[in-house]
Amino acid sequence: MATNEEVKEKKLTAKDFASDQDVRWCPGCGDYSILAQVQRTFPEIINKDVEKIVWISGIGCSSRFPYYMNTYGFHGIHGRAPAIATGVKVANPDLDVWVATGDGDLLSIGGNHFIHACRKNIDLKILLFNNRIYGLTKGQYSPTSEKGKITKTTPFGSIDYPFNPVSLAIGADATFVARTIDRSPKHLQEMIRRAGEHKGLAFIEIFQNCNIFNDGAFSLLTEKDTKDDSVLVLEHGKPMIFGKDSDKGIKLDGVKPITVDLASGSYSKDDLLVHDEFSDEPILAMILAHMTDHPSLPTPVGVFRQIKRETYDGGIRDQINLVTEKRGKGDLAKMLYGANTWEVN
Amino acid sequence: MDEVKEKKVEKLADVTVRFAGDSGDGMQLTGTQFSDTTAWVGNDLSTLPDYPAEIRAPAGTLYGVSGFQLHFSSLDVNTPGDVPDVLVAMNPAALKKNLPELNPNGTIIVNTDSFDPKNLKLARYESNPLEDNTLDGYHVYKVPISSLTSNALEGSPLSVKEVARCKNFFALGMMYWLYNRPLEKTQEWVKKKFVKNKDIVDANLKALQAGFNFGEITEIFTTRYIVEPAQLPKGKYRNISGNEALSLGFLSASVKSKLPLFLGSYPITPASEILQYLSSYKNFGVKTVQAEDEIAGVSSAIGAAFAGNLALTTTSGPGMALKTEAIGLAVMTELPIVIVDVQRGGPSTGLPTKTEQADLLQAVYGRNGEAPVAVLAACTPTDCFYQAIEASRIALKYMTPVILLTDGYIANGSEPWKIPDIDELPDISVSFRTEIEGFYPYLRNENLARPWAIPGTPGLEHRIGGLEKADITGNVSYDPDNHNKMINIRNNKIKNIANDIPDLKVDGDETGDLLVLGWGGTYGTLKDAVKRARAAGYKVSQAHLRYINPLPKNTGDVLKKYDKILIPEINLGQLAKLIKSEFLIEVEQFNLVRGLPLKSKDILGKITELLGGNNGN
Repeated sequence: MATNEEVKEKKLTAKDFASDQDVRWCPGCGDYSILAQVQRTFPEIINKDVEKIVWISGIGCSSRFPYYMNTYGFHGIHGRAPAIATGVKVANPDLDVWVATGDGDLLSIGGNHFIHACRKNIDLKILLFNNRIYGLTKGQYSPTSEKGKITKTTPFGSIDYPFNPVSLAIGADATFVARTIDRSPKHLQEMIRRAGEHKGLAFIEIFQNCNIFNDGAFSLLTEKDTKDDSVLVLEHGKPMIFGKDSDKGIKLDGVKPITVDLASGSYSKDDLLVHDEFSDEPILAMILAHMTDHPSLPTPVGVFRQIKRETYDGGIRDQINLVTEKRGKGDLAKMLYGANTWEVN
Repeated sequence: MDEVKEKKVEKLADVTVRFAGDSGDGMQLTGTQFSDTTAWVGNDLSTLPDYPAEIRAPAGTLYGVSGFQLHFSSLDVNTPGDVPDVLVAMNPAALKKNLPELNPNGTIIVNTDSFDPKNLKLARYESNPLEDNTLDGYHVYKVPISSLTSNALEGSPLSVKEVARCKNFFALGMMYWLYNRPLEKTQEWVKKKFVKNKDIVDANLKALQAGFNFGEITEIFTTRYIVEPAQLPKGKYRNISGNEALSLGFLSASVKSKLPLFLGSYPITPASEILQYLSSYKNFGVKTVQAEDEIAGVSSAIGAAFAGNLALTTTSGPGMALKTEAIGLAVMTELPIVIVDVQRGGPSTGLPTKTEQADLLQAVYGRNGEAPVAVLAACTPTDCFYQAIEASRIALKYMTPVILLTDGYIANGSEPWKIPDIDELPDISVSFRTEIEGFYPYLRNENLARPWAIPGTPGLEHRIGGLEKADITGNVSYDPDNHNKMINIRNNKIKNIANDIPDLKVDGDETGDLLVLGWGGTYGTLKDAVKRARAAGYKVSQAHLRYINPLPKNTGDVLKKYDKILIPEINLGQLAKLIKSEFLIEVEQFNLVRGLPLKSKDILGKITELLGGNNGN
């Protein structure tokens, strides 16, 4: 262990964020890539000292994440990571609080905490490792599993509809909503960087492959021969073009997005929808969110929405300052005496 | 104008009054105002608000009746009174519901205007009790309170409905006259409370004064009563409820620990007031999070404790059940949080506005695995202040969750409080770990407490969580021997707290025929009963537990010195079960679970039954 002096002089690299614990995810798990991209990105985006970073998690494979980061970390209980993180951030707003969570943890048992963290715009960065399956309990379907999925608890196919996490976050008014894929390291790094720079609740859905219980869940979006035609990379201010030869685009027909063929000559770039990350209205982001897993539309990745709004923790701090300014710093003796006292002699 | 007859003045030592009316009649307000004024004139007092869970149950019905009982005296007061001497009944339902409890020679003041056929029917009266023989033997004062109020407010710009609502101030004014109390404190309160609506201020003040004047000029009242100030210890006093005392206790703990106070909570009866009070202490830097649910309340407190705040969550029984898993997490991560359970009637939603003591075993044992926590209980409204500080002290010193039990009765009830000198409150400050050399998250000091190394401290980055921890390093460990060791360390840490808490005190002789052992909000009742039994010659003493886990070190020794132990509780014998299993002794029980405080006459009856004629008479 380093001394106090050594710590002060440290200059950060990816290695500094790796803890001394052996990583115990299954070989080939998408979580390794997420951990690597976080460790690679953090030295660039963390303008603060490493001791100001806190990773909080719930329960599940993804929630082992804090053990592998050489920062302060808290492995909580199932679903409650956003609530624990809220306490940390409100108690000390100087900390950078990150949450590592999975689709069962965040959207099933922790769904309530998630939507309220979004609504309150607590300055937390939530990374959802979405593999559409329960891994740690060995293969039951999750709230993001596609309808009809056959798993150990749905031997005849699941009958419930999945959550669309991006749509849920936008619906709950999260101020930063993005999506990326474990197999796209550069894009994943970019999304982590953008989330880290955002002031307010940042949510990233990361499509993550569970090679044991749900292998290939995102292969359409990750395999060489299909990904270009299946993924739409969102970029602010740019028309929505995709396809191996950049020959397809997204156009709005009323409020319905459709795929158009740019090669046919009937449509040009000027006909296409242009992405606006910063729109005050959530409409465009919501339309894009619902392009997910659509039979005739590509699945978007990138930043769906980023807006500015006062944070919850900032609001608490401001209110304390305002009331203190107005009433003066609290005087305990005065407070105990209250309004109506009498003297017994 | 008729000449006003000179009224008789009679001195009383002790009075118990109950105000009762519809839940929309403002009986809680009337009772609180009467209490505050009564405290201010120097009487000792104890109160018992008793209201339905419905905010505005249908007017006139029996289940809509809201009551407020107040016992005040020139002597020492321990209970809100077993039996009211005076009942103020604003409608027939209030009369019907409360009459059975009234002293048989008691006084009844009724609002005659409300005794119309509709209200009589709603109260299930076959005939008008003011006209038949129902009230024979009582001193009945029939006052048309509603019409006197509207007469007094003639010309007021308020609507008929709003004018009718002022009748509680008329009743209050009348009671102030009858018991010779000044209007001043209530007048100040009205002006402040309704500062935004001058018409309402005027109307309420007029109604109050009219009620007072009515007492003076009416021929109905021939006697006026005086209750002289009580001989309380010297000092500055205020009247305070348990919930407010508790809130101020935590505020003091924050000042005395030099740590910011954090409260994560979800509104629940009867604990919501604590969240309300603490939310208003912003200029002390208090941070309150009204969480999305009970689980988020405690979880955010755990996060805040991890980050170095004095962290707190407040709730009642159903919320306690929801917080269970997270409290286990605080046990495993050894973080200092205080969980306040203001107990109410259970199980399930139970009796939300009523009192009970049935969460004791839940507090002591209600978690998965071996998950010991310290459990404290407050015994009076003012004790809530001191136990809040004590719970904080233990949590911080031992790095452990602490459960503080109060109950609906002491939370809502009020009594005069001798305000302490803040310099005499204990210093409970702690130091965070900053030294890097030799740091491990699960090192232990002489109290078996682990270091508190908060995020933001350079070089002490570490990970904690709900998985079993390796001794010292705090790394995840599935080692069988380590698990056994950690289970024992956590258990011993809590057991050792017994060396750091006061001995169990006995009130009365140190040996005898019977010891009445209680805990929590029954303190005043048991004190009263034991006092009466001793006066009757019985060799009985009282001891009251403010620490449940661990128990005071001398508990076993104290119990041995009496032939019999009686444990009265508002549950089916939860402390009795603990005491029996801990000390392998027989105990006598008194259990009555009506959602109301025990009555001292019932305890006295039980004492008499146990000791037979063994009082030397």
